[in-house]
Amino acid sequence: MDDYILEMRSITKTFPGVKALSDVSLAVRRGEVHAICGENGAGKSTLMKVLSGVYPAGTYDGEIVYDGEVQKFGGIRDSEHKGIVIIHQELALVPYLSIAENIFLGNERKGRGGLIDWNRANADAAALLREVGLQENPVVPVNTLGVGKQQLVEIAKAISKDVKLLILDEPTAALNDNDSAHLLDLLRRLRDRGITSIIISHKLNEIVAIAQHTTIIRDGKTVETLDMSAPDVDTDRIIRGMVGRDLESYYPERESHPGEEVLRVEGWTVKHPTQDRLVVDHADFNVRAGEVIGIAGLMGAGRTELAMSIFGRSYGRFEEGRVFVHGREVKARSVAEAIDHGIAYATEDRKKYGLNLIEDIRRNVSAAALSKLATRGWVNGNEETKVAEDSRRDMNIKAPSVSSIVGKLSGGNQQKVVLSKWLFTDPDVLILDEPTRGIDVGAKYEIYTIINKLVAAGKAVIVISSELPELLGICDRIYTLSAGRITGEQPVREATQESLMKLMTKERELAA
Amino acid sequence: MTRTVGPDPAQTQTNETPAEVPDAQQQALHSGTSDLRELLTRNLRQSGIYIAFFVVVVLFAILTGGTSLSPGNITNIVLQYSYVLVLAIGMVIVIIAGHIDLSVGSVVALTGSVSAVLVIRHGAPWWAGMLAAIGVGLLVGVWQGYWVAYVGIPAFIVTLAGMLIFRGLTLQVLDNISLSPFTPEYQKVSSGFLNGLIGGNGYDAFTLLIGALAVAGYAVSGFRTRVARIKYKQPVESFPLFIARVVVVAAVVMYFAWQLAHARGLPIVLIILGVLITLYGMITKRSVFGRQVYAIGGNLAAATLSGVKVKVVNFWIFVNMGFLASVAGIIYSSRSNGAQPAAGQNFELDAIAAAFIGGAAVTGGVGTVGGAMVGGLLVAVLSNGMQLQGVDQSIQSVIKGLILLLAVAFDVYNKRRAGSSR
Repeated sequence: MDDYILEMRSITKTFPGVKALSDVSLAVRRGEVHAICGENGAGKSTLMKVLSGVYPAGTYDGEIVYDGEVQKFGGIRDSEHKGIVIIHQELALVPYLSIAENIFLGNERKGRGGLIDWNRANADAAALLREVGLQENPVVPVNTLGVGKQQLVEIAKAISKDVKLLILDEPTAALNDNDSAHLLDLLRRLRDRGITSIIISHKLNEIVAIAQHTTIIRDGKTVETLDMSAPDVDTDRIIRGMVGRDLESYYPERESHPGEEVLRVEGWTVKHPTQDRLVVDHADFNVRAGEVIGIAGLMGAGRTELAMSIFGRSYGRFEEGRVFVHGREVKARSVAEAIDHGIAYATEDRKKYGLNLIEDIRRNVSAAALSKLATRGWVNGNEETKVAEDSRRDMNIKAPSVSSIVGKLSGGNQQKVVLSKWLFTDPDVLILDEPTRGIDVGAKYEIYTIINKLVAAGKAVIVISSELPELLGICDRIYTLSAGRITGEQPVREATQESLMKLMTKERELAA
Repeated sequence: MTRTVGPDPAQTQTNETPAEVPDAQQQALHSGTSDLRELLTRNLRQSGIYIAFFVVVVLFAILTGGTSLSPGNITNIVLQYSYVLVLAIGMVIVIIAGHIDLSVGSVVALTGSVSAVLVIRHGAPWWAGMLAAIGVGLLVGVWQGYWVAYVGIPAFIVTLAGMLIFRGLTLQVLDNISLSPFTPEYQKVSSGFLNGLIGGNGYDAFTLLIGALAVAGYAVSGFRTRVARIKYKQPVESFPLFIARVVVVAAVVMYFAWQLAHARGLPIVLIILGVLITLYGMITKRSVFGRQVYAIGGNLAAATLSGVKVKVVNFWIFVNMGFLASVAGIIYSSRSNGAQPAAGQNFELDAIAAAFIGGAAVTGGVGTVGGAMVGGLLVAVLSNGMQLQGVDQSIQSVIKGLILLLAVAFDVYNKRRAGSSR
């Protein structure tokens, strides 16, 4: 008989008019790492909100049995009291407070007279940091740490609350490979200490590496729970469950016919906005019409900084370098000028930098080229709607109408809105920064298809990505970037993950 | 900050137009009732303010035995609160962009006093005083716009400083004493009426004509929009509902015009106000500039990376606020028939309250000129009604404060109910 720490039975959650979860069951054994997979919008996060009490008992049907008792959580405090802690994708740390202050926030180490005993707090925090393998002084503010380390602080905070069931929502989405590996290692150690984890992730390799069981959710229903120790279970098997069909391949086929050179960058050098150091150091690269080039680099290599500084000097302080579009030198000192010269840049963080989340699809699509819809400063609203409708159809944006609020769409559909916005500027060069971050397998495939359509139409596309298989799957050529320098250029047929990784870490080895 | 989570399509469905509308014809076949419900629920926040306004008007009509709706009183409300409404137009734009302007009260005082000094002390013609006032207002806007847009100091600080600076300058300009009276032409701005231009029998035919023209304009532009939308295969309201909407608006406007015609005719202020509301309503809704204001308020970083010239837009927002503050300054100085060192105190608060009661979001990116006008009128009718009822000044202040709090609380509640995932 298995010992289940958590059983969610026949959970059904309805929002007015829509069934978000329908008869979903989830059984998690004590002391395992249990993965939950599903496309964006499948209902994973809703299920976790039901579990943690964000949607309190009574607002859903079904029952939650935790630690052998039926639980009726009225809010997050109730579930945390029982040892269930959720760590969200977007971290909930206070940036200017120290590590120790964050760990014990709301749970302060008090001494005499109700004042905080800082010595005890810092000592306890240091012990927790050792446990999660983070070598930092507990008094430093968390905003000085990278995302990976902040995640570890979150986990230390969870441990301080005597966590029994740890839920991680997309924990490695923003992490580089090293940090991800470290985090997975930590989960294994926690498991050995008897802490159960539920991990929601799109990175299937990681799930295969760490989970004992995987529950797949599709369209608000449980599809199956896979025993990961079974011989035939691999990433393809999970994908089949998620999409309900076999993906022929991750990456759609494309014939490559590169044409004229569209963009050439020479000696591009950019300084950090406040510090006296080069973030991009004499970068040279080019891209031709009908070609996809990739830029590979570890976190901090300067990929986004390179792209944004070319895009109207949106990052850092320009030092030197020249940009040629169609062989003619252009000086794009502002975003508007860059757009005029046919350069478009779709950001890696669409919620923060890419979209106006409180506006509808229509107004987001037109945002970068409003003047194309205007005569003498007045916008033609009907024409705008038509443009948005066309985008919705061409891009297959799943939304009730173009007046749907963008903040309420799933990640994949939001990304399609971002792409629509930039395509409406009619660019020659499209720089896509992490175009598939945080979106599900099905939508990724759609994005790749869109990229293929663009190059077929003669556009030049630059893709920045942390996922090497993605670059290998869609690019013609790949540049590697390390510490702001281009360290290599490989045609895709010669490149392998290993060869790229070697180039991406070149600088560091030299320095070491 | 909203996070996209699981399927919460409930939110998308509650306040949207129907998902798939094959063609406008089919839409037009919809029954009037479901259409109406949709109209109301589409933007509960907006319709909430109209309903609240209606309730307050009816309430005071009953309490005062109809006095509050008397021709004389309606004229009074317009005259008394016009400058707050003018300020609220500029203020809502400032707020949509995510700023605030605390200085407008002082700017009203400064522009009014510059005008008064020229006209009353130096005997300049009335129009010279007004032009000077507008010039000063624009200069103030340029000053504040420069600090906000190009230096990057938060508007709260810049305009707090402005509040002190321009109040001080007002005292300087006036040498600390009040000036009075203005020439009759100058007074006309606030207390003049267009009356008897084309005669009438106990009522002013001209006022009725303007009212009728306004209704006709509303109907024609509404119809043209409708035709254009049908041409683009956009969903439109059913034809009976369209007619009903026009009839309701026509009834309200003509009743209002009728009452004015019975009293003293068409106030010049009302014409100024009507022109400004129409113009700025269009600017915010349909112009590139207006749309960029919303984009900046909605997500500054995204707007910047979409090529919006944020600095330029922010600069002009404040120049425009300065301009409208000078218009309010002219109206106020004309109404008070002079300039006082303490003029315009707390006007900024009334204007800000009007914008927020009218549905502007504290976080920026949301708000309308129309909403701010109704918000301002709500406060106006409320104050006026309470005055007629002889409610103590102190109680009036408490009630106005509560209304502001309730309006924003209602907004917050609505957003939460709509399920923004936190």
